[in-house]
Amino acid sequence: MKTVCVAGVGMSQWGEVWRKSLRQLFADAALDAIAKSGVDHIDSLYVGCMSGGLFAQQEHLGSLMADYIGMPGLPAMRVESACASGGMAFRAAFFEVASGAADIVLAGGVEKMTDCSGDDATAALATAADQEYEVFHGATFPGLYAMMAHAHMAKYKTTRSMLSAVAVKNHHNGSMNPNAQYPFKIKPETVESSVMVADPLRILDCSPITDGAACAIVCTEEVAKKLGKPYVKILGSGAATDTIQLAQRADLTTIKAATLASARALKMAGRTIKDIQFAEVHDCFTIAELIVLESIGVYEPGCAGPGTLAGETGLDGKFPVNTSGGLKSKGHPVGATGIAQIVEIYKQLTRQAETGRQVKKDLKVGMAQNMGGSGGSSVVHILEVA
Amino acid sequence: MAGIVGYGCHLPRHRIKVEEIAKVWGADAPSYKKGLMLREKSVPPPDMDTITLSVEAARRALIRAQTVNPVDIGAIYIGSESHPYAVKPSGTTVAEAIGATPDIHCADFEFACKAGSEAMFVALSHVESGFMKYALAIAADTSQGAPSDALEFSAAAGAGAFIMGKENLIAECLFTHSYMTDMPDFWRREHEFYPQHAGRFTGEEAYFAHTKGATNAILKKSGMKPQDFQWAIFHQPNGKFPQRVALELGFTQEQIDPGWLSPRLGNTYSGASPIGLTATLDVAKPGDMIMMCSYGSGAGSDAFIWKVTDRIDKVRDLTIRTHKLLDENLTYVDYGTYAKFRRKIHKNA
Repeated sequence: MKTVCVAGVGMSQWGEVWRKSLRQLFADAALDAIAKSGVDHIDSLYVGCMSGGLFAQQEHLGSLMADYIGMPGLPAMRVESACASGGMAFRAAFFEVASGAADIVLAGGVEKMTDCSGDDATAALATAADQEYEVFHGATFPGLYAMMAHAHMAKYKTTRSMLSAVAVKNHHNGSMNPNAQYPFKIKPETVESSVMVADPLRILDCSPITDGAACAIVCTEEVAKKLGKPYVKILGSGAATDTIQLAQRADLTTIKAATLASARALKMAGRTIKDIQFAEVHDCFTIAELIVLESIGVYEPGCAGPGTLAGETGLDGKFPVNTSGGLKSKGHPVGATGIAQIVEIYKQLTRQAETGRQVKKDLKVGMAQNMGGSGGSSVVHILEVA
Repeated sequence: MAGIVGYGCHLPRHRIKVEEIAKVWGADAPSYKKGLMLREKSVPPPDMDTITLSVEAARRALIRAQTVNPVDIGAIYIGSESHPYAVKPSGTTVAEAIGATPDIHCADFEFACKAGSEAMFVALSHVESGFMKYALAIAADTSQGAPSDALEFSAAAGAGAFIMGKENLIAECLFTHSYMTDMPDFWRREHEFYPQHAGRFTGEEAYFAHTKGATNAILKKSGMKPQDFQWAIFHQPNGKFPQRVALELGFTQEQIDPGWLSPRLGNTYSGASPIGLTATLDVAKPGDMIMMCSYGSGAGSDAFIWKVTDRIDKVRDLTIRTHKLLDENLTYVDYGTYAKFRRKIHKNA
């Protein structure tokens, strides 16, 4: 396989972006990434999107986005793996370049979630769960993650304060991210007095509904060198699935797809989890960040909560997590999230993270962990500074 | 310029508390009270509708107008989202009840929550042009909010009436400015019971954009600044929005206080800023300047600058003040009674 790099990244405005459509959001991010990288062409395009159809009544996104960035004729396809769609699109771009089939591929992700009502958005998101065995019976994503939270609290004595610490930390980081949907700091007591969604998860334990897009230029190292801009290498890519239904899992306190995807990415990279210095993980709910950190081996089971409470995952901690603000503060346009995680790892490794958010210590290797549904799929990438 | 020669208000005495609605739907009452600054809202009893509310408010406006003979009123315009009939005007009944028929022009107005201020604008224009001596504008609603929807916590009832004329003014209209764009933020189609809305979009892109657009334009037109006014009234879909827009535009809490009724009254839709104006006139002094800005989804705002005259001191207490209607002789109802009053329980027969 060829060495594959990320030579530039771009993001659209994130938030409730009422005045921009699905295609405009994507074009904003794509043109930003193209401009920043300095590439004069791209060979193909992957668009990560969970549900253009349900959120915005638009499918056929490969064609649409190639057209709207002014490049009809480009090979382009939409990639879907629920909330892991962006990460999977990045993986597809990685393999196309690694195989030698293309030199420069645009990997993008987009979701336009506010063109429908909140109820319709909730229903669209629920299609990432098992419609016959979960959704039909009334389960929602907050409900599924709430069950995981209860199981984790019962087994490992994880506390309300530990969940709050995740939200507080991510909002602190997001307060320094100009792309964040909710760029403000919060206090534990604010989390703990916010509206209950699904016990024990309150509204400030949940990631929001967001419009947004993110793009990355994935290319060979030869191309990256020629461009003369800061770039990072993709050391490993791993993906995995698990039972889509929570009820079929032996243990609700771990996410097997994340464990497998992480192990596969580390194996490809020839590294161990101890070599990873920081990560963006899929904190769709506060409990998800804790479970993922344990599932990928950053913490022993039951130890992510105390570690987070002790500040170990903060910007100055021993293992910074979600320096971007995570899904919680930065927002969660589901199809774009996986690419936005790559954007943050790229910015941190190339020391381009905006004011105050740049991790002070020297960073060499970072990980992006993206996840679909309640852990029915996960995709992990390991990036290294060039 | 023309202005107000008589004004009146009417509100139901029944109230329902936010907690009572929240209890039924499993909603979080503190978040409505804190987030939207709503405590309770008025509930129209079964024998009250836009027409009866309008009659009461119009009669009070006639009392304060003192010398206006109803037969001299050349037009009656009622702005409402809840005209009792889809086909048949509300204004004919009201005109008949106050003795203003038959030589009178009549139309019912519709523009979501700014139907009332539209009626005021057109009535003012007729009088200003010399087309007629007096014109009566009424803003009234028995607002609809779907069960369990956020709107159910605010949708309320009330009416404000204004007789426009050129002599014996209580408040002269110095400037108006209307501001409008096509905006799908809140709508109710024919045969639907309840309006639909687009959540926060309805706030940011619709309410705030238009109230600020209209207010900034009228300030520019008049060369005035927020501190030149004693009082200000903004459309009140909940308690929070009018307060936020006022403060963001540079007005103060003290300026909006008398007309800021929504935390206890709820959202009287077309009636909201006009009723706020009646409550403000109740406390205004001669020479005071009042900013008023309505908002109607779809969407637009009508802004008015009023200058209060000496006559206010003679007429304000000729009939009941708006705050007395808001504060006194209240009857609190439970959700079942409210559902019956609002005909939310559908029967076959």
